[in-house]
Amino acid sequence: MKRILVGIKRVVDYNVRIRVKPDGSGVITEGVKMSVNPFDEIALEEALRIKERGAAEEVIVATIGPADCQQQLRTCLAMGADRALHVQADGIIEPLVAARALLKLTEKEQPFLVILGKQAIDDDNSQTGQMLAALWQRPQATFASKVELDGDKARVTREVDAGLETLEIDLPAVITTDLRLNEPRYVKLPDIMKAKKKPLETLTLAALGVEQRQRLKLTRFEPPAQRQKGVKVKDAAELVATLKSKGVL
Amino acid sequence: MSNRILIVSEHDGGRLNPSTAKCVTCAAGIPDAEITIAVCAANASAVASQAAALQGVARVLTIDHPVNAHLLAAAVAPQIAALAGSFSHVLGPSTTFGKDVMPRIAALLDTAQISDIMAVEGATRFRRPIYAGNAIVTVEVEAGAKVVGTVRTASFQPAATGGAAAIEPAAAATEIPTHTRFVSVSAAKSDRPDLQTAARVVSGGRALGSAEAFQKTLYPLADKLGAAVGASRAAVDAGYAPNELQVGQTGKIIAPELYVAIGISGAIQHLTGIKDARTIVAINKDSEAPIFEVADVGLVGDLFQIIPELERLLS
Ligand SMILES: Cc1cc2nc3c(=O)[nH]c(=O)nc-3n(C[C@H](O)[C@H](O)[C@H](O)COP(=O)(O)OP(=O)(O)OC[C@H]3O[C@@H](n4cnc5c(N)ncnc54)[C@H](O)[C@@H]3O)c2cc1C
Ligand SMILES: Nc1ncnc2c1ncn2[C@@H]1O[C@H](COP(=O)(O)O)[C@@H](O)[C@H]1O
Repeated sequence: MKRILVGIKRVVDYNVRIRVKPDGSGVITEGVKMSVNPFDEIALEEALRIKERGAAEEVIVATIGPADCQQQLRTCLAMGADRALHVQADGIIEPLVAARALLKLTEKEQPFLVILGKQAIDDDNSQTGQMLAALWQRPQATFASKVELDGDKARVTREVDAGLETLEIDLPAVITTDLRLNEPRYVKLPDIMKAKKKPLETLTLAALGVEQRQRLKLTRFEPPAQRQKGVKVKDAAELVATLKSKGVL
Repeated sequence: MSNRILIVSEHDGGRLNPSTAKCVTCAAGIPDAEITIAVCAANASAVASQAAALQGVARVLTIDHPVNAHLLAAAVAPQIAALAGSFSHVLGPSTTFGKDVMPRIAALLDTAQISDIMAVEGATRFRRPIYAGNAIVTVEVEAGAKVVGTVRTASFQPAATGGAAAIEPAAAATEIPTHTRFVSVSAAKSDRPDLQTAARVVSGGRALGSAEAFQKTLYPLADKLGAAVGASRAAVDAGYAPNELQVGQTGKIIAPELYVAIGISGAIQHLTGIKDARTIVAINKDSEAPIFEVADVGLVGDLFQIIPELERLLS
């Protein structure tokens, strides 16, 4: 069976203005809206489109995280994924641990493509896909804005600092998504009902043989430095004068 | 005991990218740093001599190999991993090059990575932004572990030149995979200052309304100011500007002396990219736009009236 594996992460919704706890022990996540990481929705959308074109037969979504993540997996099933894998784990899951767990899932499911987001918008690490590709000893095409499959190869256009870069990679491979790859579909109500019946398998890191090691200690959280309050000017002339007096022009 | 730091250089085959000089400044902040720069290239000599001229660098190691004509993560990572054994730290820039290759190196070394280092607090302690810069976390690496990290280039000044480090070839006895092949790159060549290093940046948002208006309104002003041009995601998505001009969480993180945001609302994801700008100017017709919360100088009004006038005043 031609399968695509999509890794998703449950994160604080991108519209939430995050606040640091007064004691510096973390950020406030209680009572805050949680969502599928936006880049992962794009990853799933791409997988679904590939399946709809007939180039894949099954789309599997997977996450490593606490029990609450099942909500996000259900959202992905409602979007159109065929089944979900939940690797149950509490606490911090570093990218290397997530990559090791995803590696085990690739061994189990034998996908020809793994699509992940280019970064999770909570920790902004941008590591997991690259680490998975290294451990799997397969190609990586990160920050993708266009994916064209051609038999056992893919051509991927990547958003890089210089512009757009195109790579040709042998499959299986890991692709990570950039924002302009596609626009994810909305979930329709009947699909939410249908998603409840789709298979969701629960696993554990231990059963996969992956150690949940935390190698980086997060010792203190602080709010960023605040900028000083600025001034408002009334027109272009005053703007130029103000910038001149500040020595900027 | 000195900390032996290996920096993975970024270059285009002929010129060293300024991000490497910023990595050197970051590395020099680590106590007792002994800095080595690795240059993977098809022919490393030109880039190696630029790297050797950076002050604070002790040694430049070159790996000449035809596969390095275009730097691909799958090929570069094993070459660097093979060199990394005797180093305590491996650093690269937090550019799309570094973000692509460094985690692949970290995984080969079985090491965690610290992304976007913004400050060095000690040999194993660093600060980095999370949640689009809305929180700063202090990260400590476990004792004895190798440190692998990317350097947030907007947080460091480039190291000065005038040094004269030794240049040595490194034996590259690694197997390099062939499963990943370079096809092409569309680098829009322009005479305009580079967005990532420019002292002044003029950025436009959705309000510009069309690619033509974006060109006709912003570029003359940018020319007057000698500024690079940037854009919000909305402007890029709408096709007003190419993707390499996007500023923000998922675009470029920049630290110019002057940043002029025109018709940009100031979403968190955009502000992340400009937090380190010295002076922020905002021009927006909505006095409640969040961009005014971070602007040093704000002007409420219609950009299509203000920009031509501004341009005239600067002539
Ligand atoms: C995961 C994720 C990552 C993202 N990454 C980025 C990123 O890297 N960079 C980025 O920029 N965005 C990013 N975004 C998008 C971001 O949330 C905003 O949608 C985007 O920045 C809005 O762009 P804008 O300010 O141009 O458009 P709008 O928000 O539509 O703002 C347009 C502004 O123009 C003003 N205006 C309209 N007409 C005029 C006029 N005639 N004269 C003067 N002012 C006028 C309006 O008052 C308004 O404030 C990201 C979003 C997500 C979810
Ligand atoms: N715990 C996780 N479970 C599943 N996928 C993950 C997890 N963490 C990260 N990923 C995937 O890896 C991408 C990059 O994450 P990161 O390296 O944390 O920025 C995300 O967009 C997801 O696709």
